[in-house]
Amino acid sequence: MTFSSANLDRRIGNDAQILWRIVRLCLRHRGRVAIAVGATLVAALFQLAVPQLLGSAVDGALGLLDTENATATAARAALFQTAALLLGASILRGLFTLIHNYMGEAVGHRMAYDLRLAFYDKLQSLSFSFHDQVHTGELITRGMLDLEGVRMFVSTGLVRLVLLTVLIGVGAYLLLSTDLLLGALSLSFVPFVAWRSAVARLKLRALWLALQERMGVIGRIMDENLTGIRVVRAFGAENYELAKYGEAADAAMELADKRIKTRVASTTIMTFAFFIAMGLVLWVGGLRVLEGRLTVGDLTEFLAFMTILQLPVRQLGLLVNSFARASTTGRRLFAVLDLEPTIADRPGAKPLEIKDSHVRYENVSFAYGGADSPPALHGVSFDVRRGKSLGIVGPPGSGKSTIAHLLTRFYDVSDGVITIDGQDVRDVTLESLRRQVLTVPQDPFLFTTSLENNIAYGDPWAEDESITNAASLAQIDTFIGTLPEGYGTLVGERGVSLSGGQKQRIAIARTAMLQPAVLILDDSTAAIDAGTEQQIRELLKAPMQTCATIFISHRLGTLLHADEIIFLEGGRIVERGTHESLVAQGGRYAELHALQNQLADDFDSGPSDMQGAAQ
Amino acid sequence: MTATTDGAPDQPERGRPPRAYVGSQISQDEEMFGALFDGGVVRRFMTYVRPYRRQVLLAIAAVLVVTGAQLAIPLIIRFGIDDVLLAEGGNAKLLALVVAVFAAVITVNFGANWLQDRLIGITGEHVIFDLRQAMYAHLQDVSLSFMDKTETGRMMSRLTGDVNSLQEFLENSVTAFGDLVLLFGIVVIMLSMDFGLGILTLSVVPTLFIVRMIWLPRARVAFRHARETNSSANGALAEGIRAVRTVQSMRRESVNFDLYDEKVQENLNSHLKSAQMAQVMVPIVDTLTGAAMGIVILVGGFQVLDGALEVGVMVAFLFYVQRFFDPIRSLTIQYSVMQRAMASGKRIFEVLDVPLAIDDAPNAFNPDSIDGSVEFRDVTFSYVKNQPVLQDVSFTVAPGETVALVGPTGSGKTSITSLLHRFYEIDEGAVLIDGRDVRDYAKAALGRHIAMVLQDPFLFTGSIFENIRYRTVDASREDVERAARVVGAHDFISQLADGYDTILEEQGRNLSLGQRQLLSFARALVADAKILVLDEATANIDSHTERQIQVALKRLLEGRTGIVIAHRLATVRGADRIIVLQSGRVVETGPHDALVAQGGLYARLYALNYASFDDVPDEQIK
Repeated sequence: MTFSSANLDRRIGNDAQILWRIVRLCLRHRGRVAIAVGATLVAALFQLAVPQLLGSAVDGALGLLDTENATATAARAALFQTAALLLGASILRGLFTLIHNYMGEAVGHRMAYDLRLAFYDKLQSLSFSFHDQVHTGELITRGMLDLEGVRMFVSTGLVRLVLLTVLIGVGAYLLLSTDLLLGALSLSFVPFVAWRSAVARLKLRALWLALQERMGVIGRIMDENLTGIRVVRAFGAENYELAKYGEAADAAMELADKRIKTRVASTTIMTFAFFIAMGLVLWVGGLRVLEGRLTVGDLTEFLAFMTILQLPVRQLGLLVNSFARASTTGRRLFAVLDLEPTIADRPGAKPLEIKDSHVRYENVSFAYGGADSPPALHGVSFDVRRGKSLGIVGPPGSGKSTIAHLLTRFYDVSDGVITIDGQDVRDVTLESLRRQVLTVPQDPFLFTTSLENNIAYGDPWAEDESITNAASLAQIDTFIGTLPEGYGTLVGERGVSLSGGQKQRIAIARTAMLQPAVLILDDSTAAIDAGTEQQIRELLKAPMQTCATIFISHRLGTLLHADEIIFLEGGRIVERGTHESLVAQGGRYAELHALQNQLADDFDSGPSDMQGAAQ
Repeated sequence: MTATTDGAPDQPERGRPPRAYVGSQISQDEEMFGALFDGGVVRRFMTYVRPYRRQVLLAIAAVLVVTGAQLAIPLIIRFGIDDVLLAEGGNAKLLALVVAVFAAVITVNFGANWLQDRLIGITGEHVIFDLRQAMYAHLQDVSLSFMDKTETGRMMSRLTGDVNSLQEFLENSVTAFGDLVLLFGIVVIMLSMDFGLGILTLSVVPTLFIVRMIWLPRARVAFRHARETNSSANGALAEGIRAVRTVQSMRRESVNFDLYDEKVQENLNSHLKSAQMAQVMVPIVDTLTGAAMGIVILVGGFQVLDGALEVGVMVAFLFYVQRFFDPIRSLTIQYSVMQRAMASGKRIFEVLDVPLAIDDAPNAFNPDSIDGSVEFRDVTFSYVKNQPVLQDVSFTVAPGETVALVGPTGSGKTSITSLLHRFYEIDEGAVLIDGRDVRDYAKAALGRHIAMVLQDPFLFTGSIFENIRYRTVDASREDVERAARVVGAHDFISQLADGYDTILEEQGRNLSLGQRQLLSFARALVADAKILVLDEATANIDSHTERQIQVALKRLLEGRTGIVIAHRLATVRGADRIIVLQSGRVVETGPHDALVAQGGLYARLYALNYASFDDVPDEQIK
């Protein structure tokens, strides 16, 4: 099974299905959606009332010129009424616009809230095999930008769709029913602008995406230059770096220019089309006024209508853009949300019951990429129980860490069985399994929070005492004591930066605090010096009595005292026994032992060679 | 100890909040808004605009034309109504003339509009690219002591975020200029058409200005809070993804979910708040527009009824009223943009003002080749005044000799290698290469003749080939392959699917540390410098790769002067001579056997049998 992003996105259905799915998500908040749509309708109608009121105001003001003085008061009263209506319509339009905009945003944000939680929950539950194959940056993009694209669809897509439909539809009806030819002329710019705006938007979207990518390259070049500044300086590569940057900047600038040109070409032509239509209305309308078939007020009404319609018509492009964006971003987001974790509790899974922490691998085989891929482990069997320890050694890629990953069910075995106290790890709950089996990884992840929060990661409700005990067990307490803020010191850029060895010691403390039934040390002392490692091992002796321990290491000193050592090569156990018996055996283990002891002597011939070269 | 109380979920049964947090606890925000106008910033910014002054002048001219056209259109309509449609001698011919004028105006408007937007957009873009390039180029020559103190993330935010806000400012300021002219033009035209009606209609403007000024600071707080909660929630999500293996193995899923829920909830609330803030202006603006139109209809209408005003003026007024709220809105937005730009500009020019600590002498020495002898003569050096990290350090290295620098952490080993490359200026004494002070050499010459391998091998995004070749762009494929063979990297490279064309991502994370180390050896070999400075990696590497590295190291040093900061006993013993440093002074020097026999610091370090001297605890040295 592979999760490459192309594969991932294919299964989600067509664009219409995706958009419909977003609509369904909105409908979870149907009360608010109803208010938003209702308010949109009302706001649009009030807005459409404004040109008519303006028209009648003009006619009202003109009315007196043709009639007797007797109606002067009536004309004034009519004007007063029109002004009041106009003010009222404006206020109500404003209020309902507020409601529909706010509700549109609110529905979008609430839907985003639901999606954010669902996405986070999904990521936490997806298995290692998924996370191995999908790039971190890719997931972050989906959870942030793509989710944002889906959220925006509510206000920029759905609500706007309603608004534009009503404004343009009802507006067009009113204009056409007043005067067919003049109405048609007033609307003549609509199809052209709508078409231009949609085409340009889609083109601009493509250009924008391409530009973002090129800007990303520039960002990466700058970032690497700053991070690797010592390499740059050491090689005197400033000019090379400037040239590299210049090339990327030129490529980005080219697109940036193209984007501006495309945008400007389309916006200016749209404005021009609008004004041409206005000119035609002015001309034909003017002729009708001259003929007496139309009042000046009617003409004003047409012109005012056009002004009101101009913006919504231009926004049709944004609408198209919003639909396009929502369907691509929705596809990418739902692709993740629809995944099922490959590793989960079986129906009826029971909690793991620990009797004497007896770990047993029976003929375990495993391949990372499924049955067709080369196996990482092949027929591995061993036993280890409470108070005992197993050492695993072997060249890189021999499958050492894989053994650890299978025991905690980060992956499931392809063949064979792993049991703890007779219970298949696949038959117990993940929660109970991972509470009892803990791994200290080689490259632990430290969080940007206080040291104590980092140590208490597995049990945030731990008492101070157990945190300090764990820290002293891992030989990190003295160091923490030297920090002005002690356990409250933040880890990271603004706090304390830790060496590899210190990080590993935090990870040991983090794990030891939880008192697991099975403890796996996966090369977790590699960056700790031999002396400290020795001390940690002494201190671990007591807790190790209550658990089964598996050591994985390339440093033989770490494994020396294990009750059994297995030597892995190509996923198979090639040798097994105690340190002494393996050395005596004279095989691969003994070879490695000799190599590690002789690395120093091996290089002894160096100086004479080098002197030879120099002379 | 302090337990974090912020963002902790309710866990009544546990009695207190957990010691837990998702996302960073550190806010990364810098000051967003500066003074409204900072003469210094604007003046300096103008130096980047100056090369484009013709375009800018042309753009301003176009803006004036566009604004003129916008102002003219209601006037044409007014003329059409009053002097053609409602006038005595009004006829179709006269109307056609009005329409022709209208057509001419909108055509001019079209051209000027096109020119204006294009010029503003493209010029703005180019100025910003120039500025970013200037910053980037400047950073290439800034002293390393400045770079040491600077977080990459903050510098990046200046190179991207701050530069973008200047771009926004630049583009907006030309249109803001247009808005100002438009507003001014509308006011003048309204007042000159009918002073009384003009004054009455415009009376709503101050109200809008005042309301916006009251609204703006509050809205800004709300917007800012929304932005902060966004980045905080996103940070937590990113952490959740990066740390997913730890989360799953420590069963933190449900605790984290609750904490994340709180963050997202806060994000939701702040966005709802800021949406309220953004929308609250809508009815106010609409009410004021309605009021202004009402005034025109009432007062203007009554005047028309009285025959004191032509109806065309009233229509023109109605059109102007619909227009003049836009510039007010964009001008108040520009107010924020300007403040933000001033703060950003200040930060940008701070970067450009960082002095270039080390500059080439006018006729710097730039030899084609060197012998490669190195001498430190009574060198004293400090990063911070009066806290010397090196004191009276003197030693010589003959051409072709390999010297190992040994000593506990903080003894000054790295400083020595940095000074050889003149990354920093020394306080006293002299560093000489081929008997000549490094300060006499051109920087480029030092870069060419001294190759460096750093402790943490840094690789760039790009192919393996490009990484090995790096700055030596004239190196051929064969040169690169030969270097890779010499250091023993060829085997693993050719096993990769794309061989030398394999693209390295995220600083070579797809390779093991040992492999990255070998690539950085090959890079140094291709550079083919006479002097090689090497800071050995401290991290543990598996024995097989370790052995390869030792062999590669030996080959790399052949025929070169080597200065090696050695952590491994194997490397130390391989050197011709060992210089032992302690607290910035040379305490012992000589070959391995002699130093062991001498029974000093080195002998004690050696006897302790640590894999690396860096590990030796302080109390063991004293």
